[in-house]
Amino acid sequence: MRNPKREVEVRGPVGALALVRQLGYNREAVLVIVNGTLVTGDVTIAEGSEVEIRPVVSGGAT
Amino acid sequence: MKCRVCRAAAVVEVRRHNAGFCRDCFLAHCRNQVERTIKEHSMIEPGERALVAVSGGKDSLALWDLLLQLGYLADGLYIGLGIEGYSDESAVFARRFAEERAARLVQVDLPDDFGFDVRSAAAADHRVPCSACGLSKRHIFDQATLEGGYDVLATGHNLDDEAAVLLGNVLHWDLAYMARQHPVLPSGDGFPRKVKPLVRLGERETAAYCVLQGIDYQVEECPMSAGNRHLGYKDALNAIEERSPGTKAAFYGGFVDKAAQLLADIGEEGREGLHACPRCGSPTTAAQLCAFCRLVERATGQRRRRLPVSTQ
Repeated sequence: MRNPKREVEVRGPVGALALVRQLGYNREAVLVIVNGTLVTGDVTIAEGSEVEIRPVVSGGAT
Repeated sequence: MKCRVCRAAAVVEVRRHNAGFCRDCFLAHCRNQVERTIKEHSMIEPGERALVAVSGGKDSLALWDLLLQLGYLADGLYIGLGIEGYSDESAVFARRFAEERAARLVQVDLPDDFGFDVRSAAAADHRVPCSACGLSKRHIFDQATLEGGYDVLATGHNLDDEAAVLLGNVLHWDLAYMARQHPVLPSGDGFPRKVKPLVRLGERETAAYCVLQGIDYQVEECPMSAGNRHLGYKDALNAIEERSPGTKAAFYGGFVDKAAQLLADIGEEGREGLHACPRCGSPTTAAQLCAFCRLVERATGQRRRRLPVSTQ
């Protein structure tokens, strides 16, 4: 699968954009959702947060 | 980051606009971009009935929501493709969206209504699944629009989709395809008008729209799309875009504004030799049966059945 679901643990605090890069994603291809809320790249994510890096690229039916 | 419009805290950035937006201003930005696209290309006139092709994914549900928010008359069309572990789930998202808004969802199911699914049809017709899928969807979109008495079919193609398709066409200098790549395809020759109101919005924006509007959509990709060429083009464009925000918009937007007109003659040539398929009546350049009827015949050994779409 192109976007397999995987869970990782990262030590916080970490900048949202830095986290995206650290995990090897292109910032144009994902949204960052912290504790259920959409955030911009300049936000600092606190230790203990639940983060979803959601891919936005569709390759099949939109 | 502050919202460019109202200076509240931003929740999403749109780098090619050098802007961050708060939730409300972002939703307004999306509505404005879509309305501007519709007006600029005369996509939908007031009072016209639109049929929106919906898959349960982020783009088509965002499109349907935006059209309803903007006050357009818009029903949805969902096509069940019979892809195991994927299609059933996508249908749930489409139906839930429609129920929540008391909107009409026309449903067609390839296995139930035509007796085949994308995978089996592809094998029988010597195509890859994406080809059988696209052929079937385009045929059913057109037929459902015409038989349902709709004025226009709207699809959820976004800026990233169109830029990727354009890149593929340019790399192979497929001028015939490039000639038909326009935000509006006018009606005529037995085809309904087809429009792409989302082409000013990138994929991150349609995804963010759904998240911020609370629209539940299918995040998982079609299992048969993994590793395909189209995704490769998107990856390549995003690598460029990351370093040079705005490249996708300049590439696709510039094509529509400056180059599409130059290919108009080639587009005309592509429509020569169109006649009605003797079995289903849809326009085709094939010698006898249209490609869809041939696909159905090979996949099922039977004549096609009628679409379950009532005229209004």
